[in-house]
Amino acid sequence: MPKDLFSAEGFAQVCIIDYGLGNITSVYNAIKTLGFNVNISNNHSDIEKATHLILPGVGSFYSGMKNLQEYDLIDILNHEVIKKKKPILGICLGMQLLASFGHESKYCEGLGWVKGAVKRMNKKLESEKLPHMGWNNLSATSNSTLAKNITENLVFYFVHSYHLIPEDKTIITGLCDYAGGFVAMIESENIFGTQFHPEKSHDIGQRLIDNFLNYRAG
Amino acid sequence: MLKTRIIPVLLLKNGVLVRSRNFTLHQSTGNYIYQVERFSEWRADEIIYLDISRESSHDTDTGNSVIGSTSSNISKNSNKDNDIISVINQISKICRVPLTIGGGIRSIEDIRKRLAAGADKISINTIAIDNPSFIKESSREFGSQCIVVSIDVKKENGTWMVYKNFGKNSTNFTIDEWIALVVSLGAGEILLQSIDQDGRGNGYDLELVKHVEKMVEIPIVVLGGVGDFEHLLDGHKMNRDVALAAGNIFHFTERSIVNAKKFLLKSGVNVRV
Repeated sequence: MPKDLFSAEGFAQVCIIDYGLGNITSVYNAIKTLGFNVNISNNHSDIEKATHLILPGVGSFYSGMKNLQEYDLIDILNHEVIKKKKPILGICLGMQLLASFGHESKYCEGLGWVKGAVKRMNKKLESEKLPHMGWNNLSATSNSTLAKNITENLVFYFVHSYHLIPEDKTIITGLCDYAGGFVAMIESENIFGTQFHPEKSHDIGQRLIDNFLNYRAG
Repeated sequence: MLKTRIIPVLLLKNGVLVRSRNFTLHQSTGNYIYQVERFSEWRADEIIYLDISRESSHDTDTGNSVIGSTSSNISKNSNKDNDIISVINQISKICRVPLTIGGGIRSIEDIRKRLAAGADKISINTIAIDNPSFIKESSREFGSQCIVVSIDVKKENGTWMVYKNFGKNSTNFTIDEWIALVVSLGAGEILLQSIDQDGRGNGYDLELVKHVEKMVEIPIVVLGGVGDFEHLLDGHKMNRDVALAAGNIFHFTERSIVNAKKFLLKSGVNVRV
């Protein structure tokens, strides 16, 4: 159950952005279990009403951006996230789409909220495989909002072959030691991203989602 | 470093959990919701559900004599209450680790329905053999990470041959040919099961586990034969890249996965505890 009440608005109202990509049901179930109000929608008024947004997604960068355009979501998301500073958590492909551009299948512009590029990972060890799939350790910075008060070992479930390389290194709040090391978590004011899947990462993932939903801008 | 995954496999027949031996004996093993809850709590790294409900025409020849003698409620037909979609709907609400669903997939629509109900990955077998381009089609539609090709093999004259229809019919594919093909078509993962070892409890087919080492880039999950925790370790020693799956052993021991992981950790295996 949620611990904190939002003074003005009551409980967090979560909108999981439905843009036709990926398995949203597990994200929905994870948030529901925490006791928050949540809907899955691409309806503009649901996105406006929400206190917190989640951008999930699996698939390619190109199809992700194409769908966001086709569902007419880019302007409203820009307005809510950049103008109104509404907290948003991008998960997996959802984190990658925050970047300026991606190189998956072809060059493609992203949402551009995080300056940087999405590139294919390069194996550094013979034993490493791509996609990077399974449970791996996250090293989080001490100032991370998402990892706050999680005292257990930070082990999360990953499945991806691409990674986000942000220009501004100060927004990096989590690294994972695989394929030479990659950025697994970013936090830049109201914009959050995890390359791993917190919704599939058992208790610890729930705690991380809870931290996000208890974050308030300003 | 990536952890070695420990994965319980649950078999579901017409809405009832069952166990199997050499792909044929089916005994009821309890409530599917309770079981997934326990596995999730016991830190299973993923959970695989295989729906082995068969068409009624198949049920009589292979199933009923054995099934009827073990439990009375197993031979009941699938209905709205126990159909697989409703099962996925219920278990995905409590399963907080990746959930793979397999069995009975015949179309892209079948996959879409299972994902919408809360599955994370879909395991396909017979349809992949009947129509290999389905692997390509489905991995394009839903992403490679979502498509697990389940491969059942049996050794014949020194070569592992691929079987379909719950291990009933052989195909002309050798394991090497079939794995190369499914990878080229976009499979994201392989669930490799030894029909010979299934349910026997005397360990994985270690030769098979070794045989697939470094064969492909995509992850391989091995299944079939684990009877005690040592067998998990044997499999890992043979091929450090594989994920270790088992069915029966995880059902019948209290806190089985916690204890298996403790044992593996003590033996130097990098597992999530």
